[in-house]
This record gives sequence, structure tokens and C-alpha cells, in this order.
Amino acid sequence: MKDNVKLMKGNEAIAMAAIRYGCDGYFGYPITPQSEVLETLEAEMPWETTGMVVLQAESELASINMVYGGAATGKAVMTSSSSPGVSLMQEGISYLAASELPALIVNVMRGGPGLGTIHPSQSDYFQATKGGGHGDYHLIVLAPSTVQEMADFVALGFDLAFKYRTPSMILADGVVGQMMEKVVLPEQRPRRTEEEIHLQCPWAVTGKHKGRDKRNIVTSLELDSAIMEKNNERFQRTYREIEKNEVRYEARYIDDAEYLIVAFGSIARICMKAIEDARKEGIKVGIIRPITLWPFPYEAIRKAAANVKGILCVELNAGQMIEDVRLAVSDSVPVTHYGRMGGIVPNPQEILDALRRDFIDKPANAQEETK
Amino acid sequence: MKDEIIIAGFGGQGVLSMGKILAYAALENDLEVTWMPSYGPEQRGGTANVTVILSDEEISSPVLDTYDTAVILNQQSLDKFESKVKPGGVLIYDPYGIHHAPTRTDITIVPVDAMEATIEMGQAKSYNMILLGALLKMRPDVPVEAVVRGLKKALPERHHHLIPANEAAIRKGMDLVKQ
Repeated sequence: MKDNVKLMKGNEAIAMAAIRYGCDGYFGYPITPQSEVLETLEAEMPWETTGMVVLQAESELASINMVYGGAATGKAVMTSSSSPGVSLMQEGISYLAASELPALIVNVMRGGPGLGTIHPSQSDYFQATKGGGHGDYHLIVLAPSTVQEMADFVALGFDLAFKYRTPSMILADGVVGQMMEKVVLPEQRPRRTEEEIHLQCPWAVTGKHKGRDKRNIVTSLELDSAIMEKNNERFQRTYREIEKNEVRYEARYIDDAEYLIVAFGSIARICMKAIEDARKEGIKVGIIRPITLWPFPYEAIRKAAANVKGILCVELNAGQMIEDVRLAVSDSVPVTHYGRMGGIVPNPQEILDALRRDFIDKPANAQEETK
Repeated sequence: MKDEIIIAGFGGQGVLSMGKILAYAALENDLEVTWMPSYGPEQRGGTANVTVILSDEEISSPVLDTYDTAVILNQQSLDKFESKVKPGGVLIYDPYGIHHAPTRTDITIVPVDAMEATIEMGQAKSYNMILLGALLKMRPDVPVEAVVRGLKKALPERHHHLIPANEAAIRKGMDLVKQ
């Protein structure tokens, strides 16, 4: 066994990857199913090694506003929570977006609405991808399906956040947060020095220093609507850039596929098992797994849909991502949904049954009607 | 090689730990592995289970509906999982506290008197290791040596002095499986 291969939970991998990224600060409040993020950070005590601050705030509101403060100074800061806690953070997230501040927010989703259950869910898709807080903004949303991706997306999330000066989110679920599997952690990187921050983040509130004689002000408030419209136009230009450059997805078994499954996160893996079983029976199914939920891989799905008889969206919700899939393919192919809610995770057999029910067992004219 | 395993019983019986030690053993043996617990409000007296998949290829779903192997530690879990063992699969269970024994004839059913052996050995905490031994006997997915190395990874250092006792319990469990 290679020494650098570890066995850990997705939540633990996020914590370890944050330390190794050279993250400057974590601010959070415990909530199942992601409490191991904070627990692991506390156990690792990175303040004694890299100097990273780890702080259990008094609430999620405090956490996200601590993130805002840290981000305004150009530091790489993050928080993590689960659905109800992330709802509490939405005001702060909107302020981060409006102030063009980089930060990483992790949501390990649980069943809602309300306090709901503590079991896996994907019912915050709308919240994560369509805004969540008020105002015209987007987060870069990354959906990990393995423990390895939980670790890798910490660096990716931070890098994209700093590149575009916008908060990014890891949208995980209880399955990938709680399961253990093999992971190779990234190499330890040093935290950025003050000089590097001055150089890389000329917008940050670092005070006057050598090479800068004016002070920066970070705020989302702009009472002059003409200027606020200009600000919004700037945000939108950034979003168009992100849409152009940062779409990520995984496609498998697409080439000969007669049916397509679209699913994200850990559920995409359950779908993969269903596809393996289906192919043993000669049913040609492929899968597209969006990795960035925003920007969404519309084009990839449109192309993959060209030769299929139907698309099944599998989600742990009542049907949220399906709206984006429908936008991608218009009315060119029937799109149906299979979802479980409230913390129930489907098994591969259920998914295969849904595919049969919606497309395979249905006579062709019935499919026409669905269209 | 692929073994899809469910381990189920009461919270506090060491169900999750048994799965964890097996997962670490798989890591030691260069296998792919997933360990998916039934996390949540489970507690001592409630039910708990863990799905462990060992494979020499990439593992897709960590969540399953049928299993190659089941290790069952109480009646509720037997009622829930007996029908979920694939035909030709293996069901290992401890008859202690079981009122309705498994009845399927298309799977190999292996009763292991682990509770009795635990009492005999005077080591209540080795209970789950006896059942792990039975599992390793029926499904030699990983060698005992890898499990011992896995124990070193799975247990905090302050408990490493218990590893020989754990190994003895594993070997006892292997012996308890009647051929």
C-alpha cells in the first residue's frame, strides 16, 4: 500500500484538504451530517502548524460574517454547514457575492425543508445554483461524488473563488460526507504571506503599506443606482466568463447510449451501478454527471441528448436539476425524474425500475405523448 | 473479486468498528473499499448497520440493496436483511437472542456462537472481532495479517496493547465456523 493513500470520511477529507491548501481560517458551527469537518480541524490543531485559525462561532450567522471579514482582508477563509445552517448564512453569502469576495462555503445537504432529517438529500440545488440569498448573483457550485473529490474540490473551490473574486460552494450530501473511502491528500502548501496577499489581492483591506498609499473599502452598499447598475453589469460579465471557462462534468457510456441518466453527487454513483446492471441486460444507458452545478453543463447534455430516446434525472429531491436539463434539451427528447426525499437514498434497482417504467416498457406512442 | 457486505446489529455491539477494521484491512491489502454507515440518531440499544464493499476494481455505488455477505447480530437486522442476501451468498449470524432463525435454503447460513465464546473468553469487547473472524473464514477477502495491520490504523495508539487480544478473538471466530 502506498503511504499517501488514506482511508477517511468525506467530511474529514475536506478538513485535511483545507489545512493542506494553506487555508487561513475556518469559522463554523456544528450540524449533522458535517460536524466532522470542525471536529477534524480541532483535532488536527493546524494553528500550531500552519497558523490556520479554527473557530467555532456562536452561530451560522456569526460564522459567515467572520468569513466575510476574513475574505475582505484577502485571506483564504471558509465555512461549512448543512442545509438549515446554510439557509441562515444566505444574507452573508449575498453580501460576499456583492462585495466580490472569494470564500469557500461547504454544504453537506440533509433532508429538508425546515430542520428536516439528518439523512442525505440534494434538495438545496435551487438554493445553491439559483441564488439562495437576495440579488442577482451566482456561486460557483461544485458537486463531489467521491471522498477524493471532497478533498480535491477544496483547492479547486478556493482557486476559482480567487480567480473570479466570487464565493464558491462545495455542494455535497450526507452520503459522501459520512462514507469512508480511499483518498490521496494534496501536498501541504504554505499559507500566503502578507506580501503575496498585497500582490495578489490589491482590492483587500490590508491597510496602507509599501506600494499602496490609499486605503481600500469593501462594502456591498451603493446608494447611487447608476453605479449599482454598473456594479451588477460587472458581476454579470464575471458570470459569463465563468460560464465560458469553468463548466465541468463527467460523461460515461455516452457513445452508444439509447437512454441517458443525469445525476450529480453521490447519487450519480448509485446510478452508475444501475447502469452497470442495465448494460448486463443489454440496455444501453449512459450518464452525464455535472460536476459544476453552476455553471451547468447545458451544452454537454444537449449534445449527449441528440441520439437518445429519453433522459432520466435522478435526484434526492422532488425535481430541481431537471429544470436545467429541460432547458438544455428543450422539447427534443422526453425528460423524466426519479427522486427520493426527506433523507431516503434510492438503491440501484429502484433507478433501473424507474428507467424501465418511464422509457423501456412504454410503447413508442406513449413516449410521443410525454413529449 | 468483489464482496458486498452488510454488517448489522444493535448500536454498541461494534458493528461500525468491525466494518472500519475490515475497511482498513482492505486498504492495507491494496483493495478498493467503501464504508458507508447508517449514521444518525442510532445509539446504544438502537439498530446500526454498515455497508462495506471490497473490490479489486473501482466501486460505483456505496449504497446497495442486495449483498454477497451479511453479518447479523440481532433479530431486527435478520428480519431486515435475510431477504437481501444474493442467492448463493453467505449469512453469518449469532443465534444468541435470535427467536426466528433464518430459513432460506439458497444461501449458506453460518451460525456462530460468538456471544457464548465472548463470555467464555471473558472479553466482552472482543465480541465483534469473533464475528469478524467468522467472516474472514467464510470470505477470505483479506488475510488476517492485513486485518492486524488494519487494527493498528483503526485503533488509537492507547488501545494498541489490545491488538493481540483482538487477533486471538479473530482466530477464535475462524475456529468457530464449522466446516
